[in-house]
Amino acid sequence: MDVVFDNLDLFLRGIRTTVSLTLTSYVVAFVIGMVVASFRVSPVPPLRLVGSFYVNTVRNTPLAVLMVLFFFALPDVGILYSAYISAIIVLSAYTGSFIAETIRAGINSVAKGQAEAARALGLTYPQVLRIVILPQALRAVIAPLGSIFIALIKNSALANLISVTELSGTAERLINDTAQPIPLFIAAALAYLVLTIPSGILLGRIERRFAIKR
Amino acid sequence: MRRHRWLAVAFVVLSMTAAACGDSDDDSTVGGGQSTATTVSKPAFAAGTTMANLQAKGKLVIGTKFNQLGSGLKNPTNGQLEGFDIEIGKLIGVGIFGGTVDSLGSKVEFKEAVSAVREAVIQSGDVDLVIATYTINTARKTQVDFAGPYIVDGQDIMVKTDNTTIKTIADLNGKKVCTGEGSTTPANLTAKQVNADLTLFKTYPECAEALRQGRVEAVVTDRGILVGLVDASSRGFKLVGVNVSEEPLGIGLKKGDDAFRAFLNDRLDAIIASGEWKAAYEKTLGKLGLPTPTAPKPDRYAGTGTATTLAATTTVPPSTTTTR
Repeated sequence: MDVVFDNLDLFLRGIRTTVSLTLTSYVVAFVIGMVVASFRVSPVPPLRLVGSFYVNTVRNTPLAVLMVLFFFALPDVGILYSAYISAIIVLSAYTGSFIAETIRAGINSVAKGQAEAARALGLTYPQVLRIVILPQALRAVIAPLGSIFIALIKNSALANLISVTELSGTAERLINDTAQPIPLFIAAALAYLVLTIPSGILLGRIERRFAIKR
Repeated sequence: MRRHRWLAVAFVVLSMTAAACGDSDDDSTVGGGQSTATTVSKPAFAAGTTMANLQAKGKLVIGTKFNQLGSGLKNPTNGQLEGFDIEIGKLIGVGIFGGTVDSLGSKVEFKEAVSAVREAVIQSGDVDLVIATYTINTARKTQVDFAGPYIVDGQDIMVKTDNTTIKTIADLNGKKVCTGEGSTTPANLTAKQVNADLTLFKTYPECAEALRQGRVEAVVTDRGILVGLVDASSRGFKLVGVNVSEEPLGIGLKKGDDAFRAFLNDRLDAIIASGEWKAAYEKTLGKLGLPTPTAPKPDRYAGTGTATTLAATTTVPPSTTTTR
């Protein structure tokens, strides 16, 4: 285990990168998810088409493929971002597609009569969504949104593919330097648990506080 | 009676089909193609040695790289494995099974072993040997043993053809430099007091792509790898031509198997003496424009026991203990 304690500063830097990748990507993904979910339930057919095209392409492509494609292929058409920004864009886009579907499920769980009543009161469609539907929809899907957050913590490891040295990348590099895979992989696994388990507990609290009790 | 005849026919057909399909699995087996092989009579080994066991099993599994032109490359057009490491592997196979390089057939099987898994596949027994541009160094010797070196490679700098700013190792200071994960390049640069901004990828083609896109200004790793990338770049890249380090490449095997290691070193001596080593170099790395170097003498260091024991003895000087 010495190899872990000797390199604690590198591990901490890796954990910081994982945390910043996860938090930034989740915020962006949430915005994407809200927009795409509203598209998918919109009364305007072209918007529905755009929404389902987005979800079906992004959600059904492996994250590793998206990551490498975005980083290596897009510069050939003039789009060149740093590795860190590329990782955030890809993680956000990918996670956004899952959040969109989750929110859509939440929207569908709100009784249809509520939207009809709100429309009858003279609210516009965006207002119906924002004021009446989404507050209830989101509270219904706190648990799955939390699972997506935890999945994102782990998915961020794929940023290592495009040279962002986050937690798992730190472990891999140290393994290459020291040839001691077992203590380093154990340390990386424990570090992920230190991030994911408290996230789970916190999400449970949020759920108990806000979830709709029926 | 009639039924039995049908069964016999069915059996013959089935066994022919099986034979036809037998070699089409994904693990590449040795293919023919060359006819300059020296015939070796089937050697006899003391019972219980690794050599005897492999000979009895009729199979030697070697971990190698599948993406390195000149050293170990799975040719995308015909699926054949080509390169100096592959040739050395086949010649080791001849030393175990006898015959010629062409008569080995599927007795020598190559499996892909990327840099980061090389110790693991040896320790787990997935492969019997690793011949994968594998630099001998002290840290690795605590995990596995090395026969050889069978060649001494060196590290060089690769830049875009139009680059005029990077001419020496010191010019890398503050520059964005790419290398592979698991490479000893970072340590080599530190040893030369160079402080570069390092980008690490899993494979070297990714480094080449990053260089082409201008994400990095230079790629530093073993010359054998860089030559392949320059060759594939259609004059987009060039080598600077400096020695960043010397890399003795060895054959990795399970820690503590001293008899097998001694056999491998003897076999290397034999193929160097017979000229097969030189021929193997000339038809692989030599074809990429590298002059044939002098063959190194295998380093017959004293055994240091089983894995995870810290190697007390090493004959590799400290300054060269750092590479991919």
